[in-house]
Amino acid sequence: MSRIREAFAHGKAFIPFVTAGYPDLETTGKILLAAQEAGADLIELGIPFSDPTAEGPVIQTANVKALEGGVTTDRIFEFVEQIRGQIHVPLVFMTYANVIYSYGKDGSDGFCRRCRDVGIDGLIIADVPFEEKEEFDLPCKKYGLDFISMIAPTSEDRIQKIASQADGFIYVVSSMGVTGVRSEITTDIGAITERIREVTDVPCAVGFGISTPEQAARMASCSDGAIVGSAIIRLISRWGKDAAPEVGKYIRSMKEAVEAAGS
Amino acid sequence: MAQSKGRFGAFGGQYIPETLMNAVEELDQAYLRWKDDPGFNEELSVLFNEYANRPSRLYYARKMTEDLGGAKIYLKREDLNFTGAHKVNNVLGQALLAKKMGKTRLIAETGAGQHGVATATAAALFGMECVVFMGKVDVERQALNVYKMRLLGAKVVPVTSGTATLKDAVSEAMREWTNRVSDTHYCLGSVMGPHPFPTIVRDFQAVISRETKQQILKREGRLPDAVLACVGGGSNAIGSFYHFIDDKDVRLIGCEAAGRGIDTFETAATVNTGRLGIFHGMKSLFCQNEYGQIAPVYSISAGLDYPGIGPEHAWLHSIGRAEYVPVTDEEAVQAFEYMSRMEGIIPAIESAHAVAHALKIAPQMSPDQIMVITISGRGDKDCAAVARYRGEEIEG
Repeated sequence: MSRIREAFAHGKAFIPFVTAGYPDLETTGKILLAAQEAGADLIELGIPFSDPTAEGPVIQTANVKALEGGVTTDRIFEFVEQIRGQIHVPLVFMTYANVIYSYGKDGSDGFCRRCRDVGIDGLIIADVPFEEKEEFDLPCKKYGLDFISMIAPTSEDRIQKIASQADGFIYVVSSMGVTGVRSEITTDIGAITERIREVTDVPCAVGFGISTPEQAARMASCSDGAIVGSAIIRLISRWGKDAAPEVGKYIRSMKEAVEAAGS
Repeated sequence: MAQSKGRFGAFGGQYIPETLMNAVEELDQAYLRWKDDPGFNEELSVLFNEYANRPSRLYYARKMTEDLGGAKIYLKREDLNFTGAHKVNNVLGQALLAKKMGKTRLIAETGAGQHGVATATAAALFGMECVVFMGKVDVERQALNVYKMRLLGAKVVPVTSGTATLKDAVSEAMREWTNRVSDTHYCLGSVMGPHPFPTIVRDFQAVISRETKQQILKREGRLPDAVLACVGGGSNAIGSFYHFIDDKDVRLIGCEAAGRGIDTFETAATVNTGRLGIFHGMKSLFCQNEYGQIAPVYSISAGLDYPGIGPEHAWLHSIGRAEYVPVTDEEAVQAFEYMSRMEGIIPAIESAHAVAHALKIAPQMSPDQIMVITISGRGDKDCAAVARYRGEEIEG
């Protein structure tokens, strides 16, 4: 069993997303430690991209600011290498295809090799659907990383083919549109996870639009966990370098809600 | 493992979020259903001919030919199309397709505003709602086109993210499509993005070379020696090249916007300065930094101000079938002025990039050779910017 699968083995999981280098890598380090301390089961670390087409305004801004601050893929690798010894939960990178494809002289292969060396467990690539996954999935498999597949409210007949080849966990996109806080999530997540369950026991975590403990509990009740990004980035925007304790408090409340949904 | 679709050699594909996959699949199916349908093609022909003023003229530029003293120069006058550019060819095709699909709303990105105006026009004609995304920088430099779109009933959304130009308008249109796919068709304006867009847009623009070929054969009894067109995403160029691709003796030359020069950072010459990457749904060539971050690009021409190129062009380049040459702002402006004075035709600043390269190579060709330059659009919209470039302020 991969480390990622294990993260779901002890009840419902809570997965925070943080953009690496926003507002700076030192603060990102403190946030990761606070997130782990507060009960995060797995952490998604975003490598910023200049043109993040799947993100709403909050995460777009974090991407732009992080890049303006001088963060690069190599600096993020060095950062993970330094902090990995203190982080005991699985870490996955979330980014865009070109960041991986255009990395160094070996592209995806070199990127995945470096991931393995610094202790990354998996990749979420926002703009790589099932049909294009092979050139990323092969180097992932070669270096022992899980390629995380996404399933959307519009996936319908695609659900089972995607799920049957999924590794690590399945990222279920709660709503149409880009990332960002939503007041209401209307998709029938239960119906999607049921169809997934017919073909695989790979855990399913729901993300996009979740910000309150109530939403997280509701999403977790019909899946194996909840993912939260924009709400955390908003806290980081508000608190800047002092964000770690605030993010920790928030994650604790979310983790409790998710755990309660599983009992 | 599912097969990647829409490849031109190693280029193309469908690199988009899962949320959009069903929408592009639906579009692909609809296009396959309608593209060879006689009724659909008849309807499109009527729109092309009666509404958009096709076929466009192939005009022999006698004065220019004599002045340059080399190849015989013909101009493919896409600037005479209704709405003033080649963009209308693609838009009428996509709007008709969207109607067949039962969509009631068109969204589009635009750079110079030509594609936005064309989309707003088609939306008015078909009674559809229309929203156009346009970089804030372009909204400011193309105020007249913004007004036209509003006049036609479209909503224009200024995009402030990133460099606030064409690439950001594409990103924002993609985001909007992700948000609302059921009633909305994304009327993409160039031969780029995920499959099936590069193929659909190419097929609708291929009318340019289909006509050119018939016209030149009728006029000269033979094929041209060279076809020149400007390239941003590359829709007028692929349209101009397409029916000549198998005619190996016809040189196909795409003219890229070099901005202040390909040895500067202020350029948009993708083939000459970019490298292989994945962005906006496709694998192709892009201007990017060593970490794959998309580079801010620059050109005096808002329509060529894009960091990528369509995948079919990347493929034609890779197999050596087409050449892609850089043309600077200064060269384009000189060509803009030259053509205005020499032939009384004010070309779009985009098209002036192709004219500029013709000024370089026509004198080296012999008088029994023939060159066709596609004038993709008219230059009224660019007068204020060119005047400003020459240090003169006029009302835009």
